[in-house]
Amino acid sequence: MPIIPVNYYIFLSLALFAIGIVGVLTRRNAIIIFMCIELMLNAVNILLVAFSKMHHVAAYALDKTTTVGTEAQLFVFFIMVVAAAEVTVGLAIIVMLYRNIHSVDINFLNRLKH
Amino acid sequence: MNAIIVAALWGVLMMYAGFVAKGRSTNLLAVTGVIVLLVVNWLEYLGLSIFSIDTKGMLVYNSFGLLFNEVILFATLMYFLLSGQELGKSNKTPSDLYALIFFILAGIAIIAGFKSLLMLFIGIEIVSIPLYVLAGSAKTNLKSNEAALKYFLMGSFSTGLMLMGIAFLYGDAGTFFLEGINAGMGIISPMKGIGLVLLLASMSFKVSAAPFHFWTPDVYDGSPTVFTSFMATIVKSAGFFAFLKLFESAFGNIHREWQILMAVIVFLTLVIGNVTAVFQQSVKRMLSYSSIAQAGFMLLGIFALNVFAKQGMILYFAAYSLATIAIFAVLARFKDDSIESFNGFARRQPLVAMSLLVSFLSLAGIPLTAGFFAKYFMLLAVLKDATMLWLVVVAILCAAVSVYYYFRVIQAMYFKDLTADQEQQQLPEFNRAFKIIILINSLLILALGIHPDWLTNLL
Repeated sequence: MPIIPVNYYIFLSLALFAIGIVGVLTRRNAIIIFMCIELMLNAVNILLVAFSKMHHVAAYALDKTTTVGTEAQLFVFFIMVVAAAEVTVGLAIIVMLYRNIHSVDINFLNRLKH
Repeated sequence: MNAIIVAALWGVLMMYAGFVAKGRSTNLLAVTGVIVLLVVNWLEYLGLSIFSIDTKGMLVYNSFGLLFNEVILFATLMYFLLSGQELGKSNKTPSDLYALIFFILAGIAIIAGFKSLLMLFIGIEIVSIPLYVLAGSAKTNLKSNEAALKYFLMGSFSTGLMLMGIAFLYGDAGTFFLEGINAGMGIISPMKGIGLVLLLASMSFKVSAAPFHFWTPDVYDGSPTVFTSFMATIVKSAGFFAFLKLFESAFGNIHREWQILMAVIVFLTLVIGNVTAVFQQSVKRMLSYSSIAQAGFMLLGIFALNVFAKQGMILYFAAYSLATIAIFAVLARFKDDSIESFNGFARRQPLVAMSLLVSFLSLAGIPLTAGFFAKYFMLLAVLKDATMLWLVVVAILCAAVSVYYYFRVIQAMYFKDLTADQEQQQLPEFNRAFKIIILINSLLILALGIHPDWLTNLL
């Protein structure tokens, strides 16, 4: 089975990350911005797993009992847990906002300021 | 390690205390909690660890980390004592808010000892997530909603950048440990370079350094004043500690490579923070720009990365936190936060005005106050580093500009009289306990201004 080179994963992950960043910077709907942030975090997850495999394969060639690379996969679980915690707080904030202004458009807030 | 566990447990205790404790007893319980934390953290500094948990080297405490934690906890104690009454009024169940603050303290204790990027990430998130809630704790106030949303979106965005940076560093070094990343001959591979820049950007976001500062004024202005005080002092100091430790331990051997980037950030932060603060009419907004300006000075320590920088950093945390907490504690009692509302304050409340005067002088860096030596150590660190001396000139000029906007408030307090319609308004009242504590606070600022070695020798 041919192994996909790690570069492909890096490009995939960077592409997702860039979509996330552009979304955060251009969209005006709070929920869509929020989804774009989640996309950025998931891009990181892909990258971490790819790097984990990369380091593992390199170490495995020398030592068959190696555990190199597992820490990145553990990191991914931490990112998921923290992202879940962020979702709870973030959605609560957006709901609170919706109750007050009946909109989740962030431009609305800028208009209120002056 | 002591502080993390006690803070987390006390946070849970505070949550349940909401069922039984009411009013003042909640505040009392929180103050007790911070005092317990101060004691157990000090015991660990003396070498007595109550909990010994094998973290596989991911959390290692040295005297710098523990001293930092001690300073932060002391600032929190002052914060609870001075702002506790306002904090109690801001919500029906203040014990929840106290619980969130204790969880933040647990996160700060993790930041104080991280040796692995995993712990850095966890620590920063434990600090940030409760803070989003605190920023939006005035649920029906639109400004508070806006602040919470903006803080949340910007905070998670910068977390995303930080994680991407961590992933690239891992790809380069194959480990999350700071020593592992710092290993090597000081050559920057492309992946390490990307990781470094992303981490620099995200940490600048967290400490509100220019050009990533744009969220700060809105968030600080919109949040309830009690929590602005907490955010601008304690949490910001924690961010700086993480920044310093990360860049010292993980990128110390390529210091010269990123120093120029840092110099640009320092320059922009100093100039933008100070110049914009001049034009503010609201004290709260002025203080949020001033916090950007002070961040510029603290960044000088990260720019220089030597022993003076570390000493100066600890001193800066103490000086800046104590002064800003006192000012915000008084500001929170005012109904409106324009500079005019301070008119004639010295005549009505001479003691509180005196303490505020000391705090403002300390922020401006006038000798005999702690702020002077804090700034002095930072400039000394840059001078010893001796690569970019022009930064010292810029910093001194900016400190001179900062005198203008701090003295505007002093001028309003001492040399202006109340206008006719201000006479009608209800004036803030301060009880005796508040006066005593704010006096102790200003005496501490003066003491550190005369004997900074009391703090720096502990390092």
